[in-house]
Amino acid sequence: MLDLTPDEWNAVRLSLKVGLWAMAGSLPLGILIALMLARGKFWGKSLLNGVVHLPLVLPPVVTGYLLLLSFGRRGPIGAFLAENFGIVFSFRWTGAALACAVMGFPLMVRAIRLSIEAVDRRLERAAGTLGASPAWVFATVTLPLILPGIVAGMILSFAKAMGEFGATITFVSNIPGETQTLPSAIYTFTQVPGGDASALRLTLISIAISMAALVVSEMFARKVGQRMVVE
Amino acid sequence: MTLLVDIGHRLGALKLEVRFESAGHLTALFGPSGSGKTSLVNLVAGLIRPDTGRIVIDGRTLVDTAARIFVPAHRRRVGFVFQDARLFPHLTVRSNLLYGRWFTPRAERYAEFGRVVDMLGIGHILARRPALLSGGEKQRVAIGRALLASPRLLLMDEPLASLDDALKAEIMPYLERLRDETKIPIVYVSHSVAEVARLATDIVVMANGKVAAAGPTAEIMQRLDLLPPEEVGEGGAVLDMRVLGHDEAFGMTVLGAAAGQMRVPRLPLGEGAAVRVRVRARDVMIATERPHGLSALNVLPGRIVEIGAVDGAQVDLRLDCGGDILVSRITRQSLETLGLTLGRDVFAVIKTVAFDRANLSRATGAVPTSD
Repeated sequence: MLDLTPDEWNAVRLSLKVGLWAMAGSLPLGILIALMLARGKFWGKSLLNGVVHLPLVLPPVVTGYLLLLSFGRRGPIGAFLAENFGIVFSFRWTGAALACAVMGFPLMVRAIRLSIEAVDRRLERAAGTLGASPAWVFATVTLPLILPGIVAGMILSFAKAMGEFGATITFVSNIPGETQTLPSAIYTFTQVPGGDASALRLTLISIAISMAALVVSEMFARKVGQRMVVE
Repeated sequence: MTLLVDIGHRLGALKLEVRFESAGHLTALFGPSGSGKTSLVNLVAGLIRPDTGRIVIDGRTLVDTAARIFVPAHRRRVGFVFQDARLFPHLTVRSNLLYGRWFTPRAERYAEFGRVVDMLGIGHILARRPALLSGGEKQRVAIGRALLASPRLLLMDEPLASLDDALKAEIMPYLERLRDETKIPIVYVSHSVAEVARLATDIVVMANGKVAAAGPTAEIMQRLDLLPPEEVGEGGAVLDMRVLGHDEAFGMTVLGAAAGQMRVPRLPLGEGAAVRVRVRARDVMIATERPHGLSALNVLPGRIVEIGAVDGAQVDLRLDCGGDILVSRITRQSLETLGLTLGRDVFAVIKTVAFDRANLSRATGAVPTSD
């Protein structure tokens, strides 16, 4: 049953690669934006909040099309990046990762933001009186305390990437071996005669990966929870 | 160490206008809740930025709004023990204790881990997480954590207020050791007369955001008018006495001071040890002649040097007993019946059992508190 054809393997490998890059690549920005939304006081905060959450409410096709317009070869950002840094998104796996990162971003930011808001700021002030500068306070107190939220955000982002379809296919199409992730592959197999078995195999793999991600995050959450019994 | 605070700051409805200077070893900020004590230590720690004014420790300016100086909290090297211990939940007790050490320049680290741990009696819990500690243990670890950052000044904001009486009694001796065995100047916030009388060398009394009085403990404690109504019963004279000997047959310790001899329940101290005795005003009776057939053991001759303002049915008398001052709170009726007047020689009568652990304590070293 699980004898995968090379094409199917490609889709699995590509999906994992795209998911991991989307998750890892958006993490630093995710933490930064979550911090700004949780703690910052600046003009346009609600606007930023709205923009971050937009992919959650827009049809994925619209998000994908917007990405195509801005990050495509002729899009302003895409052209700039291609000319100056040689980074190309359109019809590449990197584009799939970008689309997945954008789609998972609101989920990641939300999880991290909630954990930042739950941090007892009095602990941070205590660390300050012990001589820790704001940067050290963040690294030694805030970051460890929000770790569960960061992990939850990463898992959500990864899971979203594994299931992302609409924005990806709109932005970078469905090229086997380059941009054909699991959902696109399953979709393709359901469209061709005799593709049912392949579609079913990939579906099972998809379920397995998602379950594994959930189990890992649960295990981690429990480990962290044991260390820090909430007082 | 000298601490100079001269601050104006508005906090909601409370207007803080504080000016005091203290060279005391343990300066108590004393006053009812809402009088601005906690805001004041937050200002000294750098957790709040004052509207106007200056804070100077040992000639080092921490804040001077006129000169636009504001040293941020983490560069002040001012330790802070909060009412809630605020231990880091993700670190063990050991890591909590060592946290501040990282940030202290090597040359300025004077606190030794082993000594602090021994002094606070927390050697057996070093491997534990804060969540599994009792309230008293948490507070001791918090004190240790602040000390091990080798601060120049230690602020303690009602460190005992959230603990029950048994835990307070457990921690009190550690605070006395902290005061006596380290050289760190301490500012101790409290609204409890018992704590302040036992620990403080100097007192700053706060009321409505202003300094109502400031001075050595013995001087301030006699002034019952400074105490909040619910604490007046705890007020009285604070005497620095010495152990003259023990009366093993009756389980008592004999103390001596200028005022004379006093018998108190047996203390676990050697001869010559300094003892601070708080004589509550309500525990002091007045007799116009030496009483006979009376169970009270302590009879000290003295002279009435002040008759305070009448407060309802009560009045406070101040007695000069051989140079020491005792305060007695009696009824207005007794004052009239006995015909007590200024300058009259009387006897102060105090029951031995009026003294308990709460008003007998180790005094700081061998020196009386006033210098």
